[in-house]
Parts: sequence; C-alpha cells; structure tokens
Amino acid sequence: MNALRRNVLKGATGAGAVAVAVAAGLLKPTQVLAAPRSAFEAKNVADALSGLGAAGAAESKDITIKAPDIAENGAVVPVEVTSAIAGTSSIAILAEKNATPLVADFDLMGGTQGFISTRIKMGQTALVRAVVTAGGKNYTATKEVKVTIGGCGG
Amino acid sequence: MAEPMRIRATMAGDAADVKVLMNHPMETGLRKDAKTGQLVPAHYITEVTAAVNGTPVLKGGMSGGVSKNPYLGFKVKGAKAGDKITVNWVDNTGDKNSADTTVA
Repeated sequence: MNALRRNVLKGATGAGAVAVAVAAGLLKPTQVLAAPRSAFEAKNVADALSGLGAAGAAESKDITIKAPDIAENGAVVPVEVTSAIAGTSSIAILAEKNATPLVADFDLMGGTQGFISTRIKMGQTALVRAVVTAGGKNYTATKEVKVTIGGCGG
Repeated sequence: MAEPMRIRATMAGDAADVKVLMNHPMETGLRKDAKTGQLVPAHYITEVTAAVNGTPVLKGGMSGGVSKNPYLGFKVKGAKAGDKITVNWVDNTGDKNSADTTVA
C-alpha cells in the first residue's frame, strides 16, 4: 500500500517535470527581440553581454541609472535607466552578481524615449549595468547597489 | 490563471508617461520552498510588448530577475491624449495577459 503510494507520487512529480520541460522547449525565442533567450540564461556577465551582442560596449556618461545606493530588500530594487543618446533603440538591465545577470531587455521603437523604469531582484551587493544600443553601437554604464537582504533564494 | 493588470497613461509634456503593474509571481526556478525543501518551478514573464493605437512601441524580454508583480514604466513621444495603449505579456508556461488604457 505504502509502496504503491510512493510510486504514484514519484510518477506524479516525474510527469510534472516533463510538462515544465515541454513548456520551456515550446517557448522559442522571438525573432524580433534584440536579446535571444540564451542571453537570459547566461550565468555570467561576459556571456550575457555577448548574448546581447554588446561585448566591448563603450562606457558612456549619457546613460543615467537611478537606483538606491543601499537596497534594504534585494527582492525589490527600483531601477530607472535614462539614455540621453540620440536614437536609443534598446535598453538592457543587468545585475552583475545574480545567478543569471541579464534581468530585462527592452527594444524601443515608434517614439518611445530612452527611458525604462522597473523593479529588479538582486541576490547580493553588485553593480547594476545598463546597456544601451543606439545607431548600431553599444554603450554601457554601471551603478553599485548595496543589498542588505538578498532577493534570490530564501 | 492570469490576474488582471493595472495600467495608467498620462501626458507629461510632449510624451505619454505609461506605467504598468503586472500581477505575476516571477519565480526564478532557483528558490526553494521553505516547507518542503523542493525547488519552486520557474514561472516568470518572458516577453512584454506595448503598442499605441496598434503600432508597436516597445518589445521586451525578461528573466526571473525582475521583481514579483513587475512594474514597468516607459515614455512614448508623439502619443496624444485619447490614444489607446495596449500592453501584453507572455510567461514561460505560455500563459498570457493583456490590458489597455487611453492616454489621459
């Protein structure tokens, strides 16, 4: 009786995992997005940047990152990126020490200004990096955010 | 299922200031359930799109690194009061949601 129950439970979790895998496999990266899904799965900053096609992006003072110096709660860190670079076509946000550094990437078109405001999770104190694409070139800027309570894991 | 989202758009100078609040757990897939010790399966928004009167203005990708119940703010130049703004998202399980508002 107990053994059967155990097998049933095992079977159930197994099937669940397969369903998740199928769902993940079905979600192919959309062509229109600047960043392929693989960039979001990159485990370090260099891989994430090359996934974005932004390896070797130039530091720029025209990008402003508005984020708290000290974030008490790493689960919710407000980040605002403003790009004063003309022709800004995409803004990506990375938290350098997260398990998967690339947090979000936005393509801007049709009159959308070089401005993105969102809230991100940060596992620990790290640099928040913004990568801006304008006129086919990549620019970047960073700001350090100190995290007192992590947002990833428990 | 997908909960309703909140969206607001107001004119600020010559641009429409759009603010969206999506209801989503945004599980990274790396967090453990405190009671069972099992990993909580990943469940997060992967794609966000926005359009003004049907013309795309923003396409975005997200990872589990965006906070729970994601907030997104952006500004669209050239939009006018009365324009219709639509925001859609799709998550990694294929769930989707959409909301629209008119610029005030």
